[in-house]
Amino acid sequence: MAKVPVQFRLNGSDRAAFADPADNLLTVLRRGLNDFGPKYGCGQGTCGTCSVLVDGELRLACLTLAASCEGASIETVSGMADGPNLHPLQQAFMEHFAAQCGFCTPGMLTAAKALLARNPNPSRDEIIDGIAGNICRCTGYEPIIAAIESVARGAAAGQRR
Amino acid sequence: MPLALRVAQSLSEAAGILAADSRTTLLSGGTLVMRDVNEGRLIEGTLLRVTDPAWRQIQVSGTRIELGAGATMAAILAHRELAFLHPAARAVGGPAIRNMATIGGNLFAETPYGDFAVALLALDAQVMVLAGYGSPRAVPIEEFLAGRARGEARLVASVQFNRPVAPGDFRFLKVSRVKPKGLSVLTIATHLPGSTSRIGQARVAYGAMAPLPVRARGVERALEGKALDAGGIAAARAAALEGTQPATDAIASDWYRREVLPVHLGRLLAGQS
Amino acid sequence: MMEFRKDLFSNERDDDLNVVGKGVQRQDAPGHVTGRSPFFDDHAFEGLLHLKVVRSPHPHARIRRIDISAAERAPGVKRILRGADVPVNRNTLLSLINFGKDDEPTLAVDKVRYIGEPIVAIIAESEAQALAARALVRLEYEPLPAVFDVEEALKPGAPVINDIYPGNYFEYHEKYDHQKLRFGDVERGFAMADHIVEDRYQMSPIEHAPTETNGSIAAPEQNDRFVVHSCAQGLFFSLGTAAKIVNLDSNRLHFIGGTVGGGFGGKVDSLTEPLSILGAMMTGRPVRYVLDREEEMLYGSPRGAERIYIKDGIARDGRILARQIRSYFDAGAYTRLSSYAAIKCTAHLPGPYTIPNVASDIYVAYTNRCPSTAMRGFGITAVDFALEVHMDKGAEACGLDPMEFRILNAYRDGDMKAHRRVAKNTALIECVQVAAEKARWPISDEARRQSSLTGGGGARAEIPATPIDENGRINRPETRGGRPTQTLPAGTMRIPLTKQPIMEGSTENRPKAPAVPQYEPYRPAAAAPPPPAPAYTPPPPSAPPPAPAPAAAPSASPAPASQHGAHRFSSVFGTRRR
Repeated sequence: MAKVPVQFRLNGSDRAAFADPADNLLTVLRRGLNDFGPKYGCGQGTCGTCSVLVDGELRLACLTLAASCEGASIETVSGMADGPNLHPLQQAFMEHFAAQCGFCTPGMLTAAKALLARNPNPSRDEIIDGIAGNICRCTGYEPIIAAIESVARGAAAGQRR
Repeated sequence: MPLALRVAQSLSEAAGILAADSRTTLLSGGTLVMRDVNEGRLIEGTLLRVTDPAWRQIQVSGTRIELGAGATMAAILAHRELAFLHPAARAVGGPAIRNMATIGGNLFAETPYGDFAVALLALDAQVMVLAGYGSPRAVPIEEFLAGRARGEARLVASVQFNRPVAPGDFRFLKVSRVKPKGLSVLTIATHLPGSTSRIGQARVAYGAMAPLPVRARGVERALEGKALDAGGIAAARAAALEGTQPATDAIASDWYRREVLPVHLGRLLAGQS
Repeated sequence: MMEFRKDLFSNERDDDLNVVGKGVQRQDAPGHVTGRSPFFDDHAFEGLLHLKVVRSPHPHARIRRIDISAAERAPGVKRILRGADVPVNRNTLLSLINFGKDDEPTLAVDKVRYIGEPIVAIIAESEAQALAARALVRLEYEPLPAVFDVEEALKPGAPVINDIYPGNYFEYHEKYDHQKLRFGDVERGFAMADHIVEDRYQMSPIEHAPTETNGSIAAPEQNDRFVVHSCAQGLFFSLGTAAKIVNLDSNRLHFIGGTVGGGFGGKVDSLTEPLSILGAMMTGRPVRYVLDREEEMLYGSPRGAERIYIKDGIARDGRILARQIRSYFDAGAYTRLSSYAAIKCTAHLPGPYTIPNVASDIYVAYTNRCPSTAMRGFGITAVDFALEVHMDKGAEACGLDPMEFRILNAYRDGDMKAHRRVAKNTALIECVQVAAEKARWPISDEARRQSSLTGGGGARAEIPATPIDENGRINRPETRGGRPTQTLPAGTMRIPLTKQPIMEGSTENRPKAPAVPQYEPYRPAAAAPPPPAPAYTPPPPSAPPPAPAPAAAPSASPAPASQHGAHRFSSVFGTRRR
């Protein structure tokens, strides 16, 4: 069967994989490149746990044709920390107990990162809209909203770590 | 044989490929087609991508608006001149879905999806379709949706419609159980020219109240020549259910949809939504 | 924010807790926020194969023919499994503790009993190839009449759903068709009551919907073992289940798990592990079997739907004199954990109230629905909902405030529960008092002065005479509703078992037989002993319930009782008062 090559930057590194023509990006990231950060939760755009950034834009990897990412820059939760230093959102998720079972966390963090990139000082409603595509079945969302809010307020007050 | 992939550089090339091979499926934002692939409903044939930048263009010239079928909900939300459409674009999924889902794809989304198509129906949009090589042909959206129900697959190049004269003439409401993002219990879009005085040429459309987005012709007649006062709204509410045939699905029963539709319609018309 | 009411029962514990009430970082948090926590699917294997199953489109049908010839020839297909390939193709989860009969196939052979039941498993090089081959499996069915209602299923002549249990009910100890609880005489209680409140409650099945769907990866490992990355909530439970089904010694399975992407009870059924392991055994390669979301929603076991009938007899002053409960648990087509749910439910009845006459009959019925399983308090939550709604209706019937009605009937330390166990560590009164305070719901000063620590025991600790059926046995379906024939005398703690376990270390190798109670003939006498006096007198009935108070009500501060100070260790509750 004819596999097709696909090349892109993943968390700052050039990566290449061979994929089936109709493979989605999630399959290529997880099974082709062993980036197990983004998760499979539904394959239908409901849960958001496969959220990644494609050229800075929030996308669902399970509904993105891998071949359409040729040459793109892709960011996943696996590249969120700066070496051993956690991203402020990661730190805040720990401090606010925003991760319980941890399965929605990669997508939730990615959605939060995309939100703060386009709106550094979101209102509570804007935070809720920012994670509206991400389902969490454990926390009831409040700790997650509080964590994102704390980073936004910290950044607004010029206290970014 | 596994799914193959083809890429068309231009819309006319895409139209040619689609016309030549009935087993080719156009892939737009991916939110519908990739789901079918992931769940094993689409297992053979060819996926077709279109890279033509014209397909994603949004043009606003005077009163006429043209949205490329490949334009995303996020692109509409980023367009200041399309503020009246922002509630409809925001009704489609969360931020990631809005970055992916397209105008054209929404025209093919089956109930209870397809909220944006309800807005386009109320705006009396013309769907520009390509069948084989040649230039696009304008099809009224009602006719287009009826064709979709018959299984007709045509390449949509763009949708065109006139901008509402006053911002308040166009209103949109999606009712869902999960907030802020959930499937549609029902969706209402109204285009009421003259809503500040006497309404003329009213167009009201529903989503999730029938197998396809439908016009509420009873409401349109009831509002003709009326003002949006208590009397006009009461008349609209009384006619709200004409022509509806809602389904019972995981979101709501047909009974529930019929019960709440007049209430939400009344609130939308009264500006209380 | 969380609040600790340390004023309650303050003299009953040491206030030296090191962790409770303090923020402590979870040890798995760094893994979660960096995406490095290893869920079952986060493992790379060279040569990984993917398994997809063909499922029944019918709720009940005979399988006439399974034709896999076209699917076998499909690109990428490595192996196709049918029922005959499963070494032990009939299991029930609780067989690991010798409870219930094996009743569920891993892959259906002759019949399908619910929509979504697995029939054929396809193992291919990629998910897409497995899905494509799945469409090539040809099946012929002969549809059979289906039953979807629990009470219809128990009617004589209903189609047999689960052939292992031809009466369409789970058989407890191979002889009883339901779980029974008898305490006192509810018929006498109803005869003495001023109000009879009766209603029916119907629950819906509920899907756990974890963000991670059920799945597993199994791979040949060194030393002739198989490594299994599993989402199981009970890893060793799953190991035992899988070892039985694939017929391997359990020491040949190396289960790795514990990092679960949400379970809520829905990951105890070993839905995928046996087929993953079997696939790895058959192909010699790693095999991954993950439910997609639609499969998870439609065919992953839900919380079972329960139908509950409650009848209360209530005195004019608000005391509940008798409570009768009849409930039907919808097991779906196979047992899974429903048999256990009915036991839990029975153990929970009649709720946290002291009621002198209690009777309950809890049935587990088979229907042509998806088998149901564990979920967060299954067996308890639904009946609690019904009981508490019923408490509100009872309060309304006798014109009492619902909070006062609960405090009046709440169990207290020293009361006898319907299971013939003395109630201890009770705290319902305090819970209701705090709830009323938080809701700014005014209750009487007298209600505010009540305490779980006082007023219990005495007459409330007595075991009443209890009418029972022939030999203490449960009637078969055809004779359900038969009249009681004997009475268990007042004060009887337990009915002796006919068989006793052989106890290790005992001198004669058998335990001492408990005292056998003498049965008395049942006399449906009208002259009944008066029920115990009420613990307190609630305010006189008032027609409309009081409106919430505008300002904060004074805080409840029940007087601590000095006689309760001793510490006692319980493995469940830790150190608490006796």
